[in-house]
Amino acid sequence: MIALISENLLHLFFIVGLCLLIFVPLLLGVVIVLFADRKIWAAVQKRKGPNVVGPFGLFQIPADGLKFLFKEIIIPDGSDKTIYFIAPILTSTLAIAAWAVIPIQENIVLSDINVGVLYIFAMSSLGVYGILMAGWASNSKYPFLGALRSAAQMVSYEVSIGFVIVTVLMCVGSLNLSEIVYAQKNIWFFIPLFPMFVVFFISALAETNRPPFDLPEAESELVAGYQTEYSAMPFLLFFLGEYINILLMCAMMTIMFFGGWYPPIDVAPFNLIPGFIWFLVKMMVIFYMISMVKAFVPRYRYDQLMRLGWKVFLPLSLLAVVVTSSVLFFFNLAPVFS
Amino acid sequence: MAESKTVTVNFGPVHPAAHGVLRLILDLDGEVVERADPHIGLLHRGTEKLIETKTYLQAIPYFDRLDYVAPMNQEHAFALAIEKLMKVDVPKRGQYIRVLFSEIGRLLSHLLNVTTTAMDVGAMTPITWGFDEREKLLDFYEEVSGSRFHANYFRAGGVHQDLPEGLLEKINDFCISFPKVVDDMETLLTENRIFKQRNVDIGKISKEEAVDNGFSGFVLRASGVPWDLRRSQPYDSYEDFDFKVPIGKNGDCYDRYLCQMDEMRESVKIMTQCINNMPSGEVINRDTKIAPPKRAEMKESMEAIIHHFKFFTEGFHVPEGEIYSAVEAPKGEFGVYLISDNTSRPYRCKIRAPGFAHLQAFNLLSKGHLLADVPAILGSLAIVFGEVDR
Repeated sequence: MIALISENLLHLFFIVGLCLLIFVPLLLGVVIVLFADRKIWAAVQKRKGPNVVGPFGLFQIPADGLKFLFKEIIIPDGSDKTIYFIAPILTSTLAIAAWAVIPIQENIVLSDINVGVLYIFAMSSLGVYGILMAGWASNSKYPFLGALRSAAQMVSYEVSIGFVIVTVLMCVGSLNLSEIVYAQKNIWFFIPLFPMFVVFFISALAETNRPPFDLPEAESELVAGYQTEYSAMPFLLFFLGEYINILLMCAMMTIMFFGGWYPPIDVAPFNLIPGFIWFLVKMMVIFYMISMVKAFVPRYRYDQLMRLGWKVFLPLSLLAVVVTSSVLFFFNLAPVFS
Repeated sequence: MAESKTVTVNFGPVHPAAHGVLRLILDLDGEVVERADPHIGLLHRGTEKLIETKTYLQAIPYFDRLDYVAPMNQEHAFALAIEKLMKVDVPKRGQYIRVLFSEIGRLLSHLLNVTTTAMDVGAMTPITWGFDEREKLLDFYEEVSGSRFHANYFRAGGVHQDLPEGLLEKINDFCISFPKVVDDMETLLTENRIFKQRNVDIGKISKEEAVDNGFSGFVLRASGVPWDLRRSQPYDSYEDFDFKVPIGKNGDCYDRYLCQMDEMRESVKIMTQCINNMPSGEVINRDTKIAPPKRAEMKESMEAIIHHFKFFTEGFHVPEGEIYSAVEAPKGEFGVYLISDNTSRPYRCKIRAPGFAHLQAFNLLSKGHLLADVPAILGSLAIVFGEVDR
């Protein structure tokens, strides 16, 4: 009996340890990315950005996090309290959970399941529930409008993201994320599938509510969208979830289009650097692009965004599926299923 | 029959896009605006009534606080009104300095409005670029008047003091570097697809409707009405300057934006001409009693001391009469209707603010548009609550 408990306890510790192994680096990553985001944005705007707390203002982000931790949680009177609190927990949990299948180097992945892509897709699709619940439970007009917009937006863009993923999968012949990377040993997919990369990049912006698609939280119209009634820790969870999702999208693009952990050229100085460094470098480059978009573009209007999603991206990605599959079929390039 | 229900939303007064203290009641059908009802008066300070209890000299600072984005342009209208009633001339140098600083005010106002409009549609970068330039302009304000916003520099009969040494060179340097910044901002906005999608055909108003609603300034010109007081009834030597009056075609938000951009370029032209042809001489009319005596005179002349004392205690008297005088302020026709009863205080001072007329047409402009267009339209009208609520 004791042996059984201790064995299971050991197993439990092991799982908790693995969870921490994802969560802690992820949190660190969010801090770095947030800092980079603010610094890049500030540079474009001819400002200095955070520069007071700590060396180069590096501690500004942890300080902000602490501030949210210690603030009072304000619960709106008319809100549905259970759903009100489940919403941010759901958003951040799902965002973190999706990271379980991301391989950052050969064989370094928490769970190397063979339907990794579907798993990520499921997790990021569920994320919209958090926003819907937040908008509904707040029982307030601006969050409600924000949640409505968000639901419509995420659903529309997920359709084209889905088709982009299908084209990649056809070239690989597997749903396993590591397999997708292995398939790019010789040529990274962003070269043959460049239009798909563009579609995916833009859809990823819409999926993560980044400008120019930040309609759910458009401050000039909806104050703060679905987050309006949130404060302190629940707000922090939304914020965290959002940035973890952005990182996830960067990782997805790295895996699907930029050859994961492979170095750009397979020669001496490059291939000596460990794979996960390449992975992180690629992620940061993609994040830099996402960050610059924020500084440059105005925001779409709701109807324009839907038009772009359904009338431009959906036909485009559908066409891409047809073209890619035809090319693969007629030139006999389709990967052999083992 | 199914009853259609609208959602009523309070847009402001504490809303990030309310441009100060606008309270807007919006009736929404989904996201479509059915009715927009601007509530004004949250910034009402009773300026007009306060002016009645102050001498003409003391009343000038109140004008800084109307459209606080371009303070000197308001002072200008008041100074002109007093000058017309008293029939005094302004020395040429005084006129040129007033033109110079009126145009600086125009830049101040347009820089703020264009960039905040861009921010209202989501473009966050132009605002910091524009405010960098505004900062330089406010430094010029500070050099002549000692304060950055509430200058209190224009006087009946001229301006308070002559320009400090070296200021004209600094303004000239600014005039050379500034068009580059306007070009940079245009690269971010003018041909930006999203910016165009958000502004073209939004908040459209026809020529006739614009005139009927009492529009003026660039909002009227964007609808295609070539009306500029600087051109049609020049005041303070505006007839000496060579400048174009930009006209729009469609009267939508995008044309209003373009008009403001072009006006900034024209303003720089006027400023450059001002600097190159700046006459010498007095800056304020010292022949009549509307300017304080010079310090040196007061050392020698008893009359000068008496004049100084009377000037700052009782104030100068304005002969009985009434007058309407208007200037082309950055946002449109800013007018002052002044009634004097031969005392040193105005009997009545009615202020005509351009923003008031623009705001009252807000329902007309925003009806049938989406909620997201409301801040875009609001920004394009360049509304400042200091002058609307007074």
